[in-house]
Amino acid sequence: MTLSVRRWRIGALAAALALASGPVAAQLAGKPPAIPDSVVEARTTALASTLRCPVCQGLSLQDSPSELAQQMRSLIKDQVAAGKSDAEVKEYFLSKYGEFILLEPRARGFNLLAYLLPAAVLVAGGLVVWWNVRRWTQPADAGPSPGEPPAG
Amino acid sequence: MNWKRSAIAAAVAAPFIVLLAYGLTKDPREIPSPLPGRQAPDFALQVFLPGEGPMARNIGDTVSLAAMRGKVVVVNFWASWCLECITEHQDLSLAARQLAGKPVQFVGVLYNDVVDAGRQWVADRGGEAYPALNDPGARVAIDYGLYGVPETFVIDPAGKVAYKHTGPIWAGLLTAKVDSILAATPRTPGQ
Repeated sequence: MTLSVRRWRIGALAAALALASGPVAAQLAGKPPAIPDSVVEARTTALASTLRCPVCQGLSLQDSPSELAQQMRSLIKDQVAAGKSDAEVKEYFLSKYGEFILLEPRARGFNLLAYLLPAAVLVAGGLVVWWNVRRWTQPADAGPSPGEPPAG
Repeated sequence: MNWKRSAIAAAVAAPFIVLLAYGLTKDPREIPSPLPGRQAPDFALQVFLPGEGPMARNIGDTVSLAAMRGKVVVVNFWASWCLECITEHQDLSLAARQLAGKPVQFVGVLYNDVVDAGRQWVADRGGEAYPALNDPGARVAIDYGLYGVPETFVIDPAGKVAYKHTGPIWAGLLTAKVDSILAATPRTPGQ
């Protein structure tokens, strides 16, 4: 084995060890492996888009330029980076602000109206249209036809 | 047949009218807090204004909620840029002085403000009867589900949020709330 090949093998082994040591060390220390920054950013953006800014009128945390929204985004980022799941982060904000914090209300209880009412109105409207169209297209039994002279 | 059509139209419109009428009874700016009745979020914040009398703390000390277990704790979130905080400032200090002999601790938590501005604001108003704490990054404010200032939380001796007040609070209401909590709390030896 030439010296250059041996050096290459040692280098490759060192690189493999360096790559593996991060997650292994983290697991040995009982910590979850670090989440890549790009993943943390993407999940923070996605979560902040579903949560409402408490000091704005109908803006998400992601869209709001307010200081509180920025601080809440920073908190989401910290929680995601600490290994919390999306559901856990949402649950945290729900426990502090209640249902108000969700831009899209959960489909249960009184909130169900928001989901069922549009569908119910659509069905009712469709029925009204169907009923009227049927009436208009039915041959008029009663009354004289347009070309017929009036009786008497 | 007109009466039949009118009846159908009324039957269709009635639920919407009821729904809208129900909506009018709600204040769209009011956010119902899930905190009252639950354990108050713990905090450990640094004092930047000491306050006066028995409720005073040293500047730089860390005040934690856990260390105040056994007392009624009044946590008031405020800021120097908040106009409504001026309205309640005298009342908060008055209530703190009136309750000073009882197992009660007031703390003010500065919300999204510069400490120097907070210091100047209190000095301009002749001081404060209780310590002021700094909350960098508004982490404690978010933990308390804050959406504006002023907001005041009354925490019972067991560490549960007994009452949340949004907007300026007044001395009579605050002392009545604290007294009712103290009256309902079984006294332990040494208190």
